[in-house]
Amino acid sequence: MSEAAAGARPRRMVLNMGPQHPSTHGVLRLVLDLDGETIVKVVPEIGFLHTGIEKEFEQKTYQQGVTLTDRVDYLAPLSNNLCYCLAVEKLLGLEVPPLARWMRVMLTELTRLNSHLVWLGTHAIDIGAMSVFLYCFREREDIQRIFEMFSGQRMMTSYFRVGGLALEPPRGWHAVIKKFIDAFPANVDEYEDLLTKNPIWLRRTKGIAQVPLEDLLDLGVTGPMLRAAGLNWDIRKTEPYSGYDLFDFEIPTRAESDVYARYQVRVEEMRQSTRIVQQALEGMPSGPYVADAPGIVLPDREKMKTQMEALIYHFKIVSEGFRVPAGEVYQVIESPRGELGYYVVSDGAAKPWRVHMRTPSFGNLQCLPLMVEGGLIADVVAGLGSLDFVLGDVDR
Amino acid sequence: MLPDALREFPFPAAVLDSKLDRGELTLEIAPASIVEVCRYLKQQQGFVRLSGVTAVDRLPSEPRFEIVYHLHCLERNERLRLKCRLGEPAEIESVAGVWRAADWYEREVYDLFGVAFRNHPDPRRILMPEDWDGHPLRKDYPVHGHRYDYQEGQ
Repeated sequence: MSEAAAGARPRRMVLNMGPQHPSTHGVLRLVLDLDGETIVKVVPEIGFLHTGIEKEFEQKTYQQGVTLTDRVDYLAPLSNNLCYCLAVEKLLGLEVPPLARWMRVMLTELTRLNSHLVWLGTHAIDIGAMSVFLYCFREREDIQRIFEMFSGQRMMTSYFRVGGLALEPPRGWHAVIKKFIDAFPANVDEYEDLLTKNPIWLRRTKGIAQVPLEDLLDLGVTGPMLRAAGLNWDIRKTEPYSGYDLFDFEIPTRAESDVYARYQVRVEEMRQSTRIVQQALEGMPSGPYVADAPGIVLPDREKMKTQMEALIYHFKIVSEGFRVPAGEVYQVIESPRGELGYYVVSDGAAKPWRVHMRTPSFGNLQCLPLMVEGGLIADVVAGLGSLDFVLGDVDR
Repeated sequence: MLPDALREFPFPAAVLDSKLDRGELTLEIAPASIVEVCRYLKQQQGFVRLSGVTAVDRLPSEPRFEIVYHLHCLERNERLRLKCRLGEPAEIESVAGVWRAADWYEREVYDLFGVAFRNHPDPRRILMPEDWDGHPLRKDYPVHGHRYDYQEGQ
């Protein structure tokens, strides 16, 4: 106050970060109110990637809706496929065969690796560690090749469908995944060699962007963020879906609730996901990859050409879709970012009445002001990276 | 139909209906009591997490809107859905004072459905541009939006 009275320049300034800023990973705008280097207030502005996916769901049949789910969180498309399919299957009361359940678990865990690799690479490059990014994207490329092998698509896989899988698993998939996953723990060691004891990394991440657990819970934050604040809560354990209760894995937690703790939790999650994929490879059941539900799952091509009944079902499913009994469900899964929930409302028709996506990134981003206010402007980038949000997931 | 923990619910008049469907419990709450019910559920019943707030437009049924709250109790691993039915003009008290998480979710419902939240800390649009006309997720809002006239500016 006395400075201002003495005619000094005001120290407060408003800085606009984004929407096109390399460390906001998408189009996020932050309006920072600064006092020198210290952040007094931050207001996140979102919505730049809003594409009206929830509205579009209401125009598509249930099966067509699967392709929209990929585009919500484009770094974890299979997690979104899975959550939506589980929600619709719950409405239908449909049980999918064991092979489909195991494949779903295996591929969503590969998706978690895929997502965590992008997070680690970009988080590190934001803080200044360039080489980690190159290593992470090397392995990510392998995972995307696996996805391409299964579905024909690298990113927008749409591989899970209501009633099972879109296609029969390709020939030779077992060997390809086994080769990748057996080599993967050594790769995680490599990332850790570069970061875990790196003094620059430690100084940029330890004690930065701390938020108490109570605040995180109250703000609707989920996933690795909560586990890095000491809460042992993972939906794969507490509300198991798709047969996760048959797998043996640990839930890593840390108590510090800072950027470094979030880093440790996610790296450990990569190791645990590797274990799940290995167990899935060993115990993969055989049998059909889609449920025996003639009115819902498209019939086999050969049957469609030779059997009247199959032809009728084929025609009905393709032209009209299938009807879903009226009701509403809220299905949650543990996506790489936290609690992913699909709230699907049916009025008994072949198109959903309403689909709401409770996306983890939207909930998590709400705690950003609490994380960075009072800190330094250089730490915003570290804090943002530790949130691991995807703007497509925020804005939908 | 209420679970044991909710048997001694202090606001019997506030619960208009309850339904257990596909293992999910839904309570229909009178809109006027939503804040006191939420505060009770959070403080006395351990529903520390608000998973989300959303809405459903039931046009042409009356009342038109359903505001849907997904609550989660970590301790008992229990989920609960609260529902309030609102006619037009739709207006309801904000629960952002109970869970701060409600802030953005209520802004989203306001933005996409045009439901006003009284005493909301920051009642602005969140996804659509500030000067946007209409609320896209209403059933009477066209899917293709407005045909944009490129001649307009000339």
